[in-house]
Amino acid sequence: MVASQKAKKQVSRLPEMTQASQEGKRRKLAYKQLVNKKKPKPRYVRNFITAFVVGGAIAVVGQFVLNFFMSRGLDLNAATAPTLAVVILIGVIATGLGIYDELGEFAGAGAAVPITGFANTIVAAAMDFKHEGWVLGMASKMFIIAGPVIVYGIISGVVVAFIKFMISP
Amino acid sequence: MIYLYAFLVGGAIAAVGQLLLDSTNLTPGHILVLFTVLGAVAGGLDLYEPLIRFAGAGALTPVSGFGASIARGALAEAKRMGILGLFTGVFEFTGMGIAVAAFFGAVVALIAKPKV
Amino acid sequence: MTGKAWCVVAAKKVGRSTIKFTNSPIIVGTGTIVGPVEGKGPLASDFDVVLPDHAYGERSPERSETKILEQAAKIAIERAKVEKKMVDYYIAGDLLNQIVSASYSARQLAIPYLGVYGACATSAVGLTLAGMIIDGGFADYVLVASSSHYQTAERQYRYPIEVNCQHKPTAQYTVTGAGAALLASSGSGPKVTGATIGTVIDLGLKDVNDMGSAMAPAAADTLLTHFSDTGHSTRDYDLILTGDLASVGSEMLKELVKDDGVELGDNYRDCGLMLFDTKSQKVGAGGSGCACSAVVTFGHVLKEMEKGVYKRVLLIATGALMSPLCCQQGESIPGVAHAVVIEA
Repeated sequence: MVASQKAKKQVSRLPEMTQASQEGKRRKLAYKQLVNKKKPKPRYVRNFITAFVVGGAIAVVGQFVLNFFMSRGLDLNAATAPTLAVVILIGVIATGLGIYDELGEFAGAGAAVPITGFANTIVAAAMDFKHEGWVLGMASKMFIIAGPVIVYGIISGVVVAFIKFMISP
Repeated sequence: MIYLYAFLVGGAIAAVGQLLLDSTNLTPGHILVLFTVLGAVAGGLDLYEPLIRFAGAGALTPVSGFGASIARGALAEAKRMGILGLFTGVFEFTGMGIAVAAFFGAVVALIAKPKV
Repeated sequence: MTGKAWCVVAAKKVGRSTIKFTNSPIIVGTGTIVGPVEGKGPLASDFDVVLPDHAYGERSPERSETKILEQAAKIAIERAKVEKKMVDYYIAGDLLNQIVSASYSARQLAIPYLGVYGACATSAVGLTLAGMIIDGGFADYVLVASSSHYQTAERQYRYPIEVNCQHKPTAQYTVTGAGAALLASSGSGPKVTGATIGTVIDLGLKDVNDMGSAMAPAAADTLLTHFSDTGHSTRDYDLILTGDLASVGSEMLKELVKDDGVELGDNYRDCGLMLFDTKSQKVGAGGSGCACSAVVTFGHVLKEMEKGVYKRVLLIATGALMSPLCCQQGESIPGVAHAVVIEA
């Protein structure tokens, strides 16, 4: 009886606490602190290592590709475009085979940060939104995750190159 | 040796991304944009090139390398033809990659089904 | 007329938001269908159908989910040994925009239809409304159903399936499946004797990867309101069951109600943790989705009640009422929890 009487008192206050009252703010803060304290934490060290190893491994694969093009007589600048393209193609194929998402679960940023991850988001979106048709589905949603990378890459690239160009043409 | 440096630099950039992923509220999308922009800033100021010479694909493969390539292309073309070159140059190094992604992405979507 | 007249004329309402049925509807038939991952969990043998894949022969995941819901509803009607045309109303809901799985399944079933949205609490919303409709003499047979599907939920709320994405330890796994129950004004079976309707509670959490913590305050509020309205305590129930708080949310719930003198002990369980073997299956913190509470309650818990394991169950289904758009706009995640009392 005592417990439910007490429960009655607290309970009648809880919905009002979600409004911007002092008590409400206090309860919200208290709960956020409880959640931060009790929720499971990521395995920082394990994740760091797997990201490092996989990110590094993909870079090594990219190095093989870069060396291949440079051995054909291209200099570093000329070899950049085809190297990026081939590494992207590897990401495309890995996504089509259904293995890149599993690599992503395992390695986190180790799969997301390399350009293969960028390719993966494009292909994954294309595969997923196929159901809604070729035009309105697949093609329109293809760049739904990768789009910002292109947009902000261009914006920041142009702005900074402009600054550099004006300083020392 | 370059393979070792590629591994170390490519791994380090990814590992920094992982730290951000684990300790902040940033989503993978935010982190990709952040790295691209940082790479573009470094690339545009001619500061990314030493890293590419040192670590090769270790600097080019992460998405920061993609951003740097956008900026380097813009700068190179601007030096060749003036300020308008900034806009034609962005795809000098990256255009092939984007075209490949779109083209082969569509081809793969045609034949492959997502597996749950 | 002015003034605050606290005039209670509703005879079947108890306390702030609890209702008690006088002609308790009886659950005379159930139908549960689950996907392959759920079929590898500890409760697999309690479900009517375990699908071999997520497609169920359909060419898109949305069509698959509609079919799963429709079939679960049909099984419930068959098990009740009732003809479809005798079912007065169909109350259903799911997680998708415009609750399309429910609506398209209603098109196939051709039963007068009331679509409802309670996110993952939809099963309790349906049971409560069906109870009110039958107890109030507005129908003899009401079919309640809800569904969810891993792929459709990912497409709408998160990322395309093949995107490289590392799940956080707090993230939950959307259950593929559907649970349906036919409630009747007469017959034999477990009875729905009352319900507590939840209030939306939002304590400002914005992490979409941690739904459990976002929903726990709503569950706490409904649980405490139910106890306060009825004068009951945890000892009055053989099983107190939350819908999908999973490992993270259920811990938060235990902490929240402790402040109000309620100890959730051995008779407290969560559907999201019961449905999967969280140690061997990769389901993060546990299951979620409308189907989670629906299949565990209609498939497993009611069977246990038939065996005499539980006599009185309090189901508190929990739902997170946000949308991806609102979250992108910086909104926090509001939760709601609805309680239903089921007695053998």
